[in-house]
Amino acid sequence: MQELVEYLAKALVDNPDAVEVRTMEGDKSVIFELRTDPSDMGKVIGRNGKIARAMRTVVKSAGVKTGKLVHIEILD
Amino acid sequence: MKSVQKSARTVDEAIEAAIQELGVSREEVEVTVLEEGNKGFFGLLGGKLASVLVTVKEPEIAEADAQVEQTEKVAKAKQFLEGVLERLEVDAEVHETAQEDGTILLEITGENLGLLIGRRGQTLDALQYLTSVVTNKGGADWMRIVLDAAGYRKRREQTLRQLALRMADRAKKQQKRVYLEPMSALERRIVHMALAEDTGIETHSEGEDPNRRIVISPKQR
Repeated sequence: MQELVEYLAKALVDNPDAVEVRTMEGDKSVIFELRTDPSDMGKVIGRNGKIARAMRTVVKSAGVKTGKLVHIEILD
Repeated sequence: MKSVQKSARTVDEAIEAAIQELGVSREEVEVTVLEEGNKGFFGLLGGKLASVLVTVKEPEIAEADAQVEQTEKVAKAKQFLEGVLERLEVDAEVHETAQEDGTILLEITGENLGLLIGRRGQTLDALQYLTSVVTNKGGADWMRIVLDAAGYRKRREQTLRQLALRMADRAKKQQKRVYLEPMSALERRIVHMALAEDTGIETHSEGEDPNRRIVISPKQR
């Protein structure tokens, strides 16, 4: 799943090399911390968070198999 | 070949002025930037004007360029989507077709695509949106991309059309407004279209996404 988050983020930004994803896995949930170049933040968030929401929806579908809740946090 | 040289505060403004003078659209010209220009210190000191040379493309070249851009975009969309499928560990194939209205339809076929469609197609919608954003990144024209998986959209379209007709009937018979369930913009469009020619009713939408819904109201006779 981490690979999927990275893949999506890298495709969206202008500076893919600056994309970093950290995974914190608990018993019931997985949290992905996503960092990008500051100038690319808007590209992974989108207007009214629309892009971020779409990313969450897609990654969640990957999480269904594991039965864990999935969160993506975008950090600056 | 017609061409014109223009200067303005920014490159964009200079291009705009040039295409206005030539009376053509942005897609029909080739732009050479002669001088980037800069605003100077708070637009006061040492500001340099941007300067461009704008040439009208031969029609065949303009068409060929558009074709190449289209082909490149479709390839990009397909590649992105295949990358996502691979990482979702979904074994599926992507097949692209251009629709009459210029929309690109990417059809996904394979086993167990339920995961990819999601509840009421929300995963498919999300993936469609991401594919559009990634594909159109930095391009001038926005290419409309529609994703389908295992024929979901086609089936859903039929269901929605039938529902629309049934509910329009009810609105007319009971002379009452009928509220449909919330739907995405794409789905609402299908319902509006299905009822566009029914002169006995009117359709409009109320509320804000994701709870925006269609209301069918009977017309006063």
